Amino acid sequence: MSGELAVRFRGVEKAFRGEPVLRGVDLEIPVGCTFTILGGSGSGKSVCLKHMIGLLQADAGQIEIHGRDVTRLGERGWVEERKRFGMVFQGAALFDSLSVLENVAYPIREHRGDSEEAVRARVARCLEAVGLPGIEALFPAELSGGMRKRVGVARAIALEPEVILYDEPTTGLDPANSRRIGRLIRQLQGDLGLTSIVVTHDMELCHAVSDWIVLLREGRIVARGEAAVLRDSDHPELRAFLEGSDDLPPPALAGRQAPGREEADV
Amino acid sequence: MSTVAGSPLTRLGDRVLRGGDGLGEFGLLAWGTVSSLRARGLPLRETLFQFEAIAVRSTPIVAVTALFTGMVLALQTAFALSRFGAKPYVGSIVGLAIVRELGPVLAALMVGGRVGAGITSELGSMQVTEQVDAIRAMGADPVQKLVIPRVVATTLGLPLLTLFAIALGVFGGLVVADLQYGITPSFYLQTITTTVTVGDFFAGVMKTFVFGWTIAMVGCFTGLRAEGGTAGVGEATTRSVVTASIAVLVSDFFLTKLLMLVPGEQILAWLARGLA
Repeated sequence: MSGELAVRFRGVEKAFRGEPVLRGVDLEIPVGCTFTILGGSGSGKSVCLKHMIGLLQADAGQIEIHGRDVTRLGERGWVEERKRFGMVFQGAALFDSLSVLENVAYPIREHRGDSEEAVRARVARCLEAVGLPGIEALFPAELSGGMRKRVGVARAIALEPEVILYDEPTTGLDPANSRRIGRLIRQLQGDLGLTSIVVTHDMELCHAVSDWIVLLREGRIVARGEAAVLRDSDHPELRAFLEGSDDLPPPALAGRQAPGREEADV
Repeated sequence: MSTVAGSPLTRLGDRVLRGGDGLGEFGLLAWGTVSSLRARGLPLRETLFQFEAIAVRSTPIVAVTALFTGMVLALQTAFALSRFGAKPYVGSIVGLAIVRELGPVLAALMVGGRVGAGITSELGSMQVTEQVDAIRAMGADPVQKLVIPRVVATTLGLPLLTLFAIALGVFGGLVVADLQYGITPSFYLQTITTTVTVGDFFAGVMKTFVFGWTIAMVGCFTGLRAEGGTAGVGEATTRSVVTASIAVLVSDFFLTKLLMLVPGEQILAWLARGLA
């Protein structure tokens, strides 16, 4: 694997009201891959994702984005970085008061001085890319859950980002829609050469899209490795997660080595 | 079982610390609106949209409140003055009370209830459904997109609503004075114009810039801090209306005292000299 990293975490810690959520997370996410952060509810995986785009600031540790240290970057400094990212939120987070057109056009209007025609053409292309052409005039309340997620994806790719972050992209969707989202993630990564970072507890999605996987538990990474290797491993933490067992071994047993090196942990 | 963490003193200490944190964060948001306004300017279209939603649509509620307050004030004042044989001067008292105090405060309380609740529930819903995070994630500034239009619209809209409330309150008093007590409209208005000065108007309306700013800032701040789903939004909305109403009433006292120390005419003269 090439050495270029999209995101690097070193010992990142985060607590809310004194409750630690991330307890020293190390991550190395290579450019151009689909990287999945697996974990149960409350494991800190969404918090992890929000640190990558500056929505949360780490209490300790270091975060690098494309080689640049962004740990203490202010809100203004993040504006430039965020143009290189697209984020798909768990509930899609579409603006209720705006039409699909205005939602997808939002980042374009914010950052580019494009003509109205160019904006509309770009929105149409993005909607086509997610398989929803011609729905510009609809409002979020008129869309199904799956459609909302896909419009969220269209909005996330509107500025042609280098990295796209998916926060629980299949939560609340039926199996058919979940598979469709999985295909979409894979297809966008292939077509646009994006780095995709997926946070999920959905194993089917994880198998469908991942190149690399880490398993997060109680704010620590307890397993990591190449998807193909990890899938067949008998790593106790991973097996327990896959089988939905509550009887997990303590996190301290887990390995610490990051992907992007010669071999995976398991 | 009583533990150290759960002791009343510790809980009180926690509350004081959290209150201090909240005040600090409120100050940061207030400063953020100023710096964002300076750096990125006023989002004109959104501000006009909010002005329509906040100020224009508050006119019916302010109108009804002011009209009936003016009417009941005239009733009560004339009733009291009749004991001293001074009933014809009802206009002086109604005029002064409405211009200096009741017009500004009632408009602020009505707007505080209607607009404060609206702002908090809208921003709170956006916060708990991650729409505010989505704005930030797209490299935009929620303060500029959400807070500034609402704060500017309310700060400028409330003084205008107050002028409207004053006019309707005085008119309500006029109707009662005429129909109930046979005081002619011309005499009623004459007693007002000879009693109420430009300085009184100034002292009344000046306060409402502060009230408007306070209502919108509290509304935005409380909304943006909402957490815990729809229940959290409901709690935040209640908190916002209560806080804004108390803030209006408390600051009213101090602003009134301040504006008595420095009369309105003096401030107007300074302003005129500054502009010249």
